[in-house]
Amino acid sequence: MTPRGSNSTEVVRVEGLHKSFGKLEVLTGIDLAVAEHEVICLIGASGSGKSTLLRCINLLEPIQAGRILLDGEEITARGVDVNRVRRRIGIVFQAFNLFTHLSVLDNVTLAPRRVLKEPSRQAVAKATELLERFGLADKRHEFPDRLSGGQQQRVAIVRALAMRPDLMLLDEITSALDPELVAEVLNVVRELAAGGMTMIIATHEMGFARDIAHRVCFLDGGRILEEGSPDRIFREPTEPRTRQFLDRVIAAGRLDPTWPPC
Amino acid sequence: MTGPADPGGVTGLRRFRPAGVRDRNGGHRSTLIALGSTVVVFGLLLAVVLNSPGWPLIQKSFLNATYLADSWPRQLEAIGTNVQLFLMAEVIILPAALLIAVLRSLPGPAFFPVRLLAVLYTDFFRGVPGVLVIFVLGFGMPLLGLPGVPIDAFFWGVVSLVLIYSAYVSEVYRAGIESVHPSQEAAARSLGLSRAQALRHVVLPQAVRRVIPPLLNDFIGLQKDTALVSFIGVAEVFRQAQIDEFASFNFTPYLATAALFLLLTVPLARLTDWLTARSRQRQLGGFAR
Repeated sequence: MTPRGSNSTEVVRVEGLHKSFGKLEVLTGIDLAVAEHEVICLIGASGSGKSTLLRCINLLEPIQAGRILLDGEEITARGVDVNRVRRRIGIVFQAFNLFTHLSVLDNVTLAPRRVLKEPSRQAVAKATELLERFGLADKRHEFPDRLSGGQQQRVAIVRALAMRPDLMLLDEITSALDPELVAEVLNVVRELAAGGMTMIIATHEMGFARDIAHRVCFLDGGRILEEGSPDRIFREPTEPRTRQFLDRVIAAGRLDPTWPPC
Repeated sequence: MTGPADPGGVTGLRRFRPAGVRDRNGGHRSTLIALGSTVVVFGLLLAVVLNSPGWPLIQKSFLNATYLADSWPRQLEAIGTNVQLFLMAEVIILPAALLIAVLRSLPGPAFFPVRLLAVLYTDFFRGVPGVLVIFVLGFGMPLLGLPGVPIDAFFWGVVSLVLIYSAYVSEVYRAGIESVHPSQEAAARSLGLSRAQALRHVVLPQAVRRVIPPLLNDFIGLQKDTALVSFIGVAEVFRQAQIDEFASFNFTPYLATAALFLLLTVPLARLTDWLTARSRQRQLGGFAR
């Protein structure tokens, strides 16, 4: 884990963010600041707004109130070039969303070639290097439907990394995977964290969140109800709603209450 | 691909057999059954027709070998015009219809007039009988007498076919565009691709691939409808058959026309079936592309 210095620079700041779908208010005032190299895990029940928050930060959803700053620049302001912003933020989705008509290599090189205007040869070399790093080099000419879920999700991560983003958003990236495929994907995320990647991770994998997060945010009813170190949130949550949620998670066998052994 | 050659699944031999499994004896037996029942059914039909009271008359006015031999060379030459009509129209329709489909799926209030125009266009040309469009343009436009407006019937024939079929084909494209899941576009946009880039590199390639069979189906229709252009005096194959019929008072030339159209359309129909079957197999079995 990368220790967080007190004077580290801020990558993202979210202020008073409100988001509704029609009459349904999904986010009701989110404030969040993420420092460089920091790993934030968002936990909470389904429908608490984790995914929506990530989609708002990537400007995939218009917001109703509040603002979002990336490296100090307000990206929710009028007239901001959303394509320029999205280049710097990588997002990985629950359902992989690989381009089904393109090979693994073309999936990874599409954006560097079309958006960053990298020469094809250079984009391919970089993509091959990344795919090698994550054990996917032999799959580079396969099409997504020939890969396992775990492999597809690793390709999706590589595809986002190929844009060399300042920030990665991971939206429940293991929720659609068979249990035996979860580990290979989480290991990739661990490697990214070890490499100092700034990440906001929405997850239901509590054990993983406890291992990897510098800070855990518990979302409830569209706001961050409680946040703190994983140790504090998982062992001594102060809010009754947090405790209730964690009790249900423990009852479902998704979190070992005796961790770490002491 | 294994199994007996049965383009289009006409005999139904392949239908109930899992792909790749070949039951030697069973395959032989079902071929015999198919053959037997075909002989019986067609034999009966033929017997009914041949014994009908009007058969000698039909024979005389539709199946006259002399008139056929006389008309055939002229028709063979005339069908070249149909092929030209078809190819020229087709080359324009493919991109034009795609453009209309894309215009119709542009989002946002600013593009409302564009969408409205696209909707009006497709509604109009799908809703009006094609032969009317051909009449109005083919006879009307040259009458305008404007300098620079062609008076050539062939020209207006191509224009009419393009207008009519672009409306149909744009709807086929649109169905393809709408069948691509929005998450594909979201993934593209999240990587920083613009709307246009996402459309060009992610949505359209998937959409077009999916609608190739229905596209070909429309082109079978277009091949046949080139005959409609005969009404404004283009010397194509149906026109030629009419001329020969008027000269001889014998309908046999139309039989030759029918045969020529079948020679054009049936190969395309088989190709369509083959592509449809292939894309279904890919969806089921995940074949490598």
